[in-house]
Amino acid sequence: MYDVVIIGAGATGSATARELSRFKGKFLVLEAEADVCSGTTKANSAIVHAGYDAVPGSKKAKYNVEGSEMMEALSKELDFPYSRIGSLVVCRKDQDRSELERLLEQGKKNGVRDLRIIERDEIVEMEPNIADDIECALYAPTAAIVCPFGMNIAFAENAADNGVEFAFNSRVTSIEKVGDHFSIKTDTDTYETRAVVNAAGVYADVLHNMVSEKKLHITARKGEYELFDKSAGNHVRHTIFQLPSKLGKGILVSPTVHGNLLVGPTATDIDDKEGTNTTADGLSQVEKMSALSVKNIPYRSVITSFAGLRAHEDGGDFIIGECDDCNGFFDAAGIESPGLSSAPAIGKDLGQMVAAWLGLDENPLFNGTRKGILDPKKLSFEERNELIKKNPAYGQIICRCESVTAGEIIDAITRTLGAKTLDGIKRRTRAGMGRCQAGFCTPRQMDLLEKYAHLTPEGVTKSGGDSVLVYGKTK
Amino acid sequence: MENYDLVIVGGGPAGLAAAISARKDGIQSILVLERDDRLGGILNQCIHNGFGLHTFNEELTGPEYAGRFISQLLDEKIEYRLNTMVMDISHDRVVTAMNSHDGLFQIQAKAVVLAMGCRERSRGALNIPGYRPAGIYTAGCAQRLVNMEGEMPGKKVVILGSGDIGLIMARRMTLEGAKVEVVAELMPYSGGLKRNIVQCLDDFGIPLKLSHTVVNIEGKKRVEAVTIAEVGPDRKPIPGTEERYECDTLLLSCGLLPENELSKECGVELSRVTNGPVVNDALETNVPGVFACGNVLHVHDLVDFVSMEAKNAGHYAAAFIQNGEQSELTIDVICDGKVRYTVPQMIRPEAMEDTLTVRFRVSNVYKNASVVVKAGGRELIRRKKQIMAPGEMEQVVLKKADLASADKVEIGIEEA
Amino acid sequence: MEEKHLTCIGCPMGCALTVTIDNGEVVSVTGNTCKRGDIYGRKEVTNPTRIVTSTVAVEGGKDAVVSVKTASDIPKGKIFDIVNALKDVRVSSPVHIGDVIVKNVCDTGVDIIATRND
Repeated sequence: MYDVVIIGAGATGSATARELSRFKGKFLVLEAEADVCSGTTKANSAIVHAGYDAVPGSKKAKYNVEGSEMMEALSKELDFPYSRIGSLVVCRKDQDRSELERLLEQGKKNGVRDLRIIERDEIVEMEPNIADDIECALYAPTAAIVCPFGMNIAFAENAADNGVEFAFNSRVTSIEKVGDHFSIKTDTDTYETRAVVNAAGVYADVLHNMVSEKKLHITARKGEYELFDKSAGNHVRHTIFQLPSKLGKGILVSPTVHGNLLVGPTATDIDDKEGTNTTADGLSQVEKMSALSVKNIPYRSVITSFAGLRAHEDGGDFIIGECDDCNGFFDAAGIESPGLSSAPAIGKDLGQMVAAWLGLDENPLFNGTRKGILDPKKLSFEERNELIKKNPAYGQIICRCESVTAGEIIDAITRTLGAKTLDGIKRRTRAGMGRCQAGFCTPRQMDLLEKYAHLTPEGVTKSGGDSVLVYGKTK
Repeated sequence: MENYDLVIVGGGPAGLAAAISARKDGIQSILVLERDDRLGGILNQCIHNGFGLHTFNEELTGPEYAGRFISQLLDEKIEYRLNTMVMDISHDRVVTAMNSHDGLFQIQAKAVVLAMGCRERSRGALNIPGYRPAGIYTAGCAQRLVNMEGEMPGKKVVILGSGDIGLIMARRMTLEGAKVEVVAELMPYSGGLKRNIVQCLDDFGIPLKLSHTVVNIEGKKRVEAVTIAEVGPDRKPIPGTEERYECDTLLLSCGLLPENELSKECGVELSRVTNGPVVNDALETNVPGVFACGNVLHVHDLVDFVSMEAKNAGHYAAAFIQNGEQSELTIDVICDGKVRYTVPQMIRPEAMEDTLTVRFRVSNVYKNASVVVKAGGRELIRRKKQIMAPGEMEQVVLKKADLASADKVEIGIEEA
Repeated sequence: MEEKHLTCIGCPMGCALTVTIDNGEVVSVTGNTCKRGDIYGRKEVTNPTRIVTSTVAVEGGKDAVVSVKTASDIPKGKIFDIVNALKDVRVSSPVHIGDVIVKNVCDTGVDIIATRND
């Protein structure tokens, strides 16, 4: 019998798991995919929003501002890439300036610090590539960018290091309340647990509706993005938002923590909860709309495009807490933007809520510090040589575009909740994420997965399941 | 810090030929840095024949062609380090490199030859819509899997792009038991050699669809289907022309990009057309003592021309080491757009050798047109060609005597 | 009388050749722009040949396979026979460029030789 089963190893589920590991208990995270960070967390704007967007008093407002305030300290504790670069919501001459003022007031009410409206001269100084007809902007210095993979993986690893179990390729097919506990079935196993945390992203409604009569309805809202070569990484220095519309915050242009440029997302409601395909229309919209806020974006330097899904609940707000008509079942549902920004705060709140409900004692062995994969690029010449002397694998470059060594990849594969797929390596080390998009290093990464994850060549996948790379020997 | 007269970045066909040539010109202290576990570069995986007709007067496979140069390099006892990645080249020619054995190390070179080759354009850079499953490979990546690792990357294959690697892989996959459904080419003409179209596609009944592109990729885990559509003169898909192919693999052979990240960091000026360094007749970049050759300079059609060019780069690097930096007058080579680019882009009319081979590519298919070269108000060359196509490199040979009073050289195509 | 349609591989022009055959004898080649087209057309309809390149499994080497080729042209119709004959061939490292891997493959009188050292 588990004390808590958390369904979903995205940012919210992993943050909740990590919070729960501060307590004594038996915890399990069930993840449908082959790795953590495989759903909504893997494809989004990678932004820590300042918190002026959400309606005052909403859960989105509360968790966004709290999450944003927690993020910097967490990034150090858990060693994930984060950078507070600030954001601008820009307003064109032909747009309604009062909308910016409304956002400013809303932000103040939500408790966002240091917000102010700035005029074109100051904008141009901050962002030389701002579009010519941008007149004014809401400047939010507390906004930041983060590596969603890094944050998600850090939460999960730290949870696992503190005793939380993880089961992958475990898609939940049914949840039943049996007396005072729950019975959760996957395709292969049955798990008994006293409490459930539902952090299943776009599927959170399906799971919730298995135990509750108060039905939820989540729509997958697709957002398409283009990611640019690092040569375009300095095109803007802040996250540039457009004035928000009904469907979201519009197309943003932002640097990423790794020095690329990211442009997107579109917002299209779709029926398929796995519909992460890009479309010609979507990508052309990304390009057309982004040009309205930033000029001279070098569209020739796109290295990849992708689509992510937001889990939009009909009510429009996050649903956090115990289900009204099913005791012991806790939801983290409708986690769309600002979900990534909010994840640390939701995890903390929800974890503590569940622990209190179960009456769990504190875990005296909890260690909240986690060391990420060593990045030799951050070492001095001498330090790097010392490292290579100790472990020659750090002298062998596997991914030339991102300068990732065999040492880093081996670490990614062999550490807690290690990578078992090419995507897993990519999200942990950035190998294959550069301009050649793994054209060069795929065979080399396969060799390392075979050796260190003990896979056959046909057992190596891109993202688990049927995503095999080769079909066997030619001879 | 170590010292070498000449450091060559890359041990593929360009690097090998440059090293051998510099040694023949008397340079003793040469070091070739190669990132792979063997010399020869991409030729090791190009196991098809057709290499070396110009260099050796016989048809060799890629590894055999590389093998001849590697033997010469070994005979000349030229130093090389394998599994070694060059991390940085400074403006004053300090080369920083790394491998497991030596760690991170630096070399002060008197001259550097850039011979890093090129990479393939990826799916992302092509911005093909659809899912991102396993089973989308660049043709070269699939070639490595099949020809080096002995692994089968697909069973039912669609190929986008009719560059030579794509055509070669169509045949290679077929011979290994895969079914190649179709080769789609965006342009109204193939970027590959006629010989490859006949021997790699026609021989096996594989259709080539010109003016077609991929408009959708299906499959959440592994490729399940690919949709191609015809494109109009604007290269945009024409609605209603979509054809869906069930398959498990999409191979991309959509162009090669010179790999110039190191050059850029070093301050080397790059051409927006070739994506390679801008060089003079000595194949020297704007950074004194830094030379470039092979596919890092511009993408070649035949390896024989890479070897010839690299031989010159080695020769001029040797001269630089022996004579030091010279300040020389240069004039530009101007192309008319129909000639898309030339290499070199600049000529030193006083310092150049008696003759100079200028290589170029045209921007479209031209039939019965003339290559016309003018300089100093005179027409130097007018050569009629039955056909010129973007897939093949062209060349003209300029004479020093003709350029004495020229302030520029113009190369163009005149259609009949 | 029989007509065969070919694309000449002599140059990028890719002339569309029509080769007329009577009783196995080439009567005419048309559509070519130069002499090379005529020669290619005649050879291609009477005795088309190819070099076959492939790989065979190698044990104890750096790679899983070593590249090989037919030492000279073989009849075009034999391509698949030869590739199939190589399926189960295994060699041991060291292999050197030029080593004979299979003698007289598929009774063509042509050897399969290694094209890579491993």
